[in-house]
Amino acid sequence: MSEPPNTPLIECRGVTKRFGDVVAVEDVSLRLMPGEVVSILGASGCGKTTLLRIIAGFEALDGGELYLQSRLVSGSEHHQPPERRNIGMVFQEYALFPHLTVAQNVAFGLHGMSRDEQRSRTQDALELVRLDALHARYPHELSGGQQQRVALARTLAPSPIAVLLDEPFSNLDAGMRQDVRQEVEAILRGKGIAAMFVTHDREEAFAFADRVGVMSAGRLEQVDTPGELYRAPIRPEVARIVGDCDFLAGVAHGEVARTEIGSLPVVCGGGSVADGTELILMVRPQDMIAQPSAAGDCEIVALEYRGSETMLTARMPSGATLRCRQVGFSDMARGARVTFSPRNSTPFLAFVQSQ
Amino acid sequence: MGAVGWAVIAGRRRLLLGAPPLPALIPALLVGAAMLLPVIYLLVRGASASDQAWDLLFRVRTLETLWRTILLIGCVTALSAAIAVPFAWLTLRTDLPFRRAWTVLAALPLVIPSFVGAFLYISALGPKGLLQSALEATLGVDRLPDMYGLFGATAVLTLLSYPYLFLTVRGSIANLDPATEEASRGLGHGAWSTFFLVTLPQLKPSIAAGSLLVALYTLSEFGAVALLRYNTFTFTIYQQYEGSIDRSIAALLSFVLVIMAVVILLSENYTRGRGRYYRVGGGSARKPSIVKLGRWKWLAIGGMGTVLTLALALPVGVLMFWLIRGVGAGEPLLLLWSATRNSLLVSGAAAVVTAGMAIAMAVLLVRYPSKLNRALEPISFTGYALPGVVVALALVFFGAKYARPLYQTHWLLIFAYAVLFFPVALGSVRSALLQISPRLEDAARSLGHNPLRVMMRVTLPLMRSGVLMGAALVFLLTMKELPATLILGPLGFQTLATSVWSASSEAFFARAAAPALMIILTSSIPMTLLVLREKRTLK
Repeated sequence: MSEPPNTPLIECRGVTKRFGDVVAVEDVSLRLMPGEVVSILGASGCGKTTLLRIIAGFEALDGGELYLQSRLVSGSEHHQPPERRNIGMVFQEYALFPHLTVAQNVAFGLHGMSRDEQRSRTQDALELVRLDALHARYPHELSGGQQQRVALARTLAPSPIAVLLDEPFSNLDAGMRQDVRQEVEAILRGKGIAAMFVTHDREEAFAFADRVGVMSAGRLEQVDTPGELYRAPIRPEVARIVGDCDFLAGVAHGEVARTEIGSLPVVCGGGSVADGTELILMVRPQDMIAQPSAAGDCEIVALEYRGSETMLTARMPSGATLRCRQVGFSDMARGARVTFSPRNSTPFLAFVQSQ
Repeated sequence: MGAVGWAVIAGRRRLLLGAPPLPALIPALLVGAAMLLPVIYLLVRGASASDQAWDLLFRVRTLETLWRTILLIGCVTALSAAIAVPFAWLTLRTDLPFRRAWTVLAALPLVIPSFVGAFLYISALGPKGLLQSALEATLGVDRLPDMYGLFGATAVLTLLSYPYLFLTVRGSIANLDPATEEASRGLGHGAWSTFFLVTLPQLKPSIAAGSLLVALYTLSEFGAVALLRYNTFTFTIYQQYEGSIDRSIAALLSFVLVIMAVVILLSENYTRGRGRYYRVGGGSARKPSIVKLGRWKWLAIGGMGTVLTLALALPVGVLMFWLIRGVGAGEPLLLLWSATRNSLLVSGAAAVVTAGMAIAMAVLLVRYPSKLNRALEPISFTGYALPGVVVALALVFFGAKYARPLYQTHWLLIFAYAVLFFPVALGSVRSALLQISPRLEDAARSLGHNPLRVMMRVTLPLMRSGVLMGAALVFLLTMKELPATLILGPLGFQTLATSVWSASSEAFFARAAAPALMIILTSSIPMTLLVLREKRTLK
């Protein structure tokens, strides 16, 4: 393409979609740059699949605009049908055509080309996913992982401007999932293909995306690199979606917040706050150390031994619980009294309690 | 995911950009309009009926006929269920030997038109029939129990229409989840108690659906009841149409007939209730356990053998007898060829036209849910409630008045068949479409194909077996159809069915034999393929 490298391949501006009274996607703005992989993370029903379907052209917009390579393709007055967008889509259930062979499936998007070109492109795509030996099989004769790769080959064969993947690994069993994911990533990265995929699996979203968008109730809450998202979520909801965490109520006092387990250093997302402001502190399980102490006012209520670590759950004086990850096996017992102290001096992220 | 799952997705978020494509919308709207023609006709006629006609409607004889019709429907439906449910269970879930052959044979009585069956039973078992002649010559018996009236009509119609129930119930047994039966056995219920407590209740929707078909066909039955001298409503309407100048009497009577059909439809809906979903919601991959019949095997074979001898072997045997006798007496077969050609042509054309209409309607109903559909869906199924006589009368009225060039042509006849049998075709086409994930069509769109090409290259190939099934059913039904053919056929136009009818009503049994056998032969082929294919698609 002769596009300058800074032109986004996909650009959503305030995209909104309603189904009857339900707002499925609300005011979403997002860009996908050449060569970039963006994942959309969210619980089922949060609107992430609808967002993909809007981009692919299966759903019309109720508000906002969608641009592909700076061309307006969806707006309030305009809708380009999916077959004219040249956006590839890999479906959750793969949607392979059961009446066509693997090769015929892959060649399906190559109509209008000469027979020779169709054949060589099909061959290339199948080699890319290492399935050229199975070209004469029918989809039902393939394993789940192979079906997934055929779906990818079929999507890549017509050289789409970008690839959308809808929960691409959710239909695979846990053992295979990681292998297939790494393979898909290698293929996309190897060819420099930009991709956007949606998932409800946090690990998956973080593992192979350059940027992750967190979606909740139709809104795109935050888009950032995995590290930044984990370190500095902008809202408690986002914090919960991107990793295990508990919330601790506290009152601001200079650089620290007073909480029921002591004073902790804090940093506020929105800058400094006045003393006395009520805060919510985000505490990840690895942030704290639990120490047995007969005078401690927290009580261990659950222990989960996980091999390399033990997850403790303690009840604080207020009745709220706090989780804490200990390395290795912990000899503490249920009912033991403990005190908590920060593992290091990094201040805790705090949100101003608004509601 | 099962068909219901897809339907839910389709309803919630399919709506591919609002308006349905014209290639689906226009035929579907035409079908909707066509389905309404007979209803409009009845309203127009009814409104202009004379007082005299209204008086006739409320005569005691009319009420008597009504009661006789209801009685017949009740008897035939109940007996059909009593035969069909055990047959379906035996051929699917037991170690009965040659189950495939039994299945095909048990479905085949469907290809014998009931009026042909009636004339064969009369010629065999009636007064001065074959059996009596044989007994008179050897034993001097000169009287047999009377087979005319309710007894004969019930027996003949049951033997020839229980396959509707048999096929429906089979489909639903094959889709049952064996886990529910295993759970019942695990909770301490034996095989019999499990069948009555778990299996049978789950079959209720399909028994109701099959009974609906049997009841509606009995209601619209015409030839057999006439031959067996058990006058029902449909035959009375035909008599009025033939014998009276005032056509509005026939229309008023037809209106009553339609109301009865609607009552039957509604009662099926009521029985089915909310139980509809699991039936379409996909079966299980696991094979159900096969019940070992043991000593019961001989009883099963004896029972099925008796029914099939009466329903299949006897009519075909008598037919062969008459055919041989007729050919021996120099009965000309020339007429047979033109009638065969006519039958095949109109039935083939009706099958193609109806299947095409059903595809358009199914795509509209399943893929483009809208408010319009809520009106089109019930209208699509009115054909069920419109007996052939009524549709034919309506088309005579409109044809003679507004479509003179079509009147008395094959086109109007084929149109009548399409209206009559559209629901049958729509049923199988629609269930085939419901099983296709809309994601496949999305995938094809995103690979650069426009909706029309997606239809041709993905949707149609995948629903092929459902379309073929619908077309085959329409073909079978058209081959047997009598009243609409008699009323609407062009002058001098003879099909196999009308040839049999004109010969048999004049008791020229030998002359009727050849065309009757031809109907049975030509229909048996698609019927056999249908049953064998059903087995494949169910597994």
